[in-house]
Amino acid sequence: MSDNQTTVVVTGLGATTPLGGDVPSTWSALLAGRSGVRPLDWEGIEELPVRFAAQLTVEPSEVMPKHKLRRLDRNEAIALIAAHEAWEDAGYAFGDRDGHTVDGDRLGVVISSGIGGLHTALNSYDVYRERGWQRVSPFTVPMLMPNGASGLVGIEFGAMAGSHALVSACASSAEAIGYAIDMIRSGRADVVIAGGTEACIHPLQLAAFASMRALSTRNDEPTRASRPYDKNRDGFVLGEGAAVLILESEEHARARGARIHAIAAGCGYSGDAHDIVQPDPTGSGAAKAMRRALADAGLRPEDIQHINAHGTSTPQGDVAELAAIKGALGEEAARQVCITAPKSMTGHLLGGAGALESLITVLTLREGVVPATINIDDLDDAVDLDIVRGEPRKLPDGPIAALNNSFGFGGHNVAVAFRRAL
Amino acid sequence: MPAATEQEILTGLSEIVEETVGIPAAEVTPEKSFVDDLDIDSLSMVEIAVAAQDKFGVEIPDDELRNLKTVQDVINYVQGLAGASKA
Repeated sequence: MSDNQTTVVVTGLGATTPLGGDVPSTWSALLAGRSGVRPLDWEGIEELPVRFAAQLTVEPSEVMPKHKLRRLDRNEAIALIAAHEAWEDAGYAFGDRDGHTVDGDRLGVVISSGIGGLHTALNSYDVYRERGWQRVSPFTVPMLMPNGASGLVGIEFGAMAGSHALVSACASSAEAIGYAIDMIRSGRADVVIAGGTEACIHPLQLAAFASMRALSTRNDEPTRASRPYDKNRDGFVLGEGAAVLILESEEHARARGARIHAIAAGCGYSGDAHDIVQPDPTGSGAAKAMRRALADAGLRPEDIQHINAHGTSTPQGDVAELAAIKGALGEEAARQVCITAPKSMTGHLLGGAGALESLITVLTLREGVVPATINIDDLDDAVDLDIVRGEPRKLPDGPIAALNNSFGFGGHNVAVAFRRAL
Repeated sequence: MPAATEQEILTGLSEIVEETVGIPAAEVTPEKSFVDDLDIDSLSMVEIAVAAQDKFGVEIPDDELRNLKTVQDVINYVQGLAGASKA
């Protein structure tokens, strides 16, 4: 465990996802095993080899006024929506709403996006070509920059301890949680709004991922396309959404009588130093991240009861991760762990995935039940660990811990450790 | 096109302000200052000016935009230019 004894706890949760416009609807869909993947009905979609994605169930325009949305990229709007839910869930005041207050100098923000304002960049270029530079919105730059969501959330809640946006592709928002833990441990902040957001379901993004043969092309069965650990998995499904956690020093949370969802126990990182997009097939880099998370959290391999896997439904990645889990925990401890891959339902939120799955891990510990991975008709022969499938799985009572894995193009490996709050 | 009346310009401008920054059109009255009364920032003023150019068919150069402090200033500017082009 790190020398610093500050314990960091999770006191607020917020999300808008392909499964629901908030945390309760997202969680109940996960327990019900519902897919958030739907066909795309865009004009010209037939030109693309992939014609489905996991889109939000609640459009930002349903919950935000139009004039505000004019100057927000979609990823920024949904980050604000998720942050508001988390802030309220943590019991903090906003505007006319009563609640606890926090000194702005002790409040930080870490909100990541892997890609940033892709829609803004591309739409603005169309405006420029068709109507000239004067018609390009003066808000284009703050809408396309990947730190936009972090800055906007900081402004919204008056966070002056620092506002950050770590970028590491699909590990981005797991890094955000790790950095937030460090901000609190190091004494820079008492409370941090931490999370991730992504909204780049766009023809270019589908074309680009399809071009690298990374996406499932199961066009005739979109809801069955994301199938981690199934023998016939053929790639991931692009998703969009945002998730935000309020992290807080235990001392600060207890002093105000806050409800504690779970303990954010620590975080581990590594670089594969192997390939810009392929995972290291031995899983050694991912294993290092998990071992370092255990060390940072002061946990032993046998303390881990559950792992929320990165599991994206790609042929290579899913089994490499299982090898990494065995490498990190040892064969015996690894066999005691129950594993699930929520991307089977949410699709892959890229830079939003690490935060959403951290949020799911927190709920899993709090509720004592692991959502099942869906669409495993035929378990891959290479899978020799306990994957939760069919029905959600009860977790034991008592002091248990879990890991959330997130890996990103570039060889970024991040594992976040959570403990149940007792 | 025939020159717009003061009321037409006010109506058009207040619609632009409502759409751009969400201030109800009824609050956009001639004596209001964009910055001090309506709390509109400089980037939003650029958006409003471009929309006003499209709506009223008059160019508002950046140098002029800086001098247009109130809603009435914009009405006068648009009317002045429209009048000049008619003459």
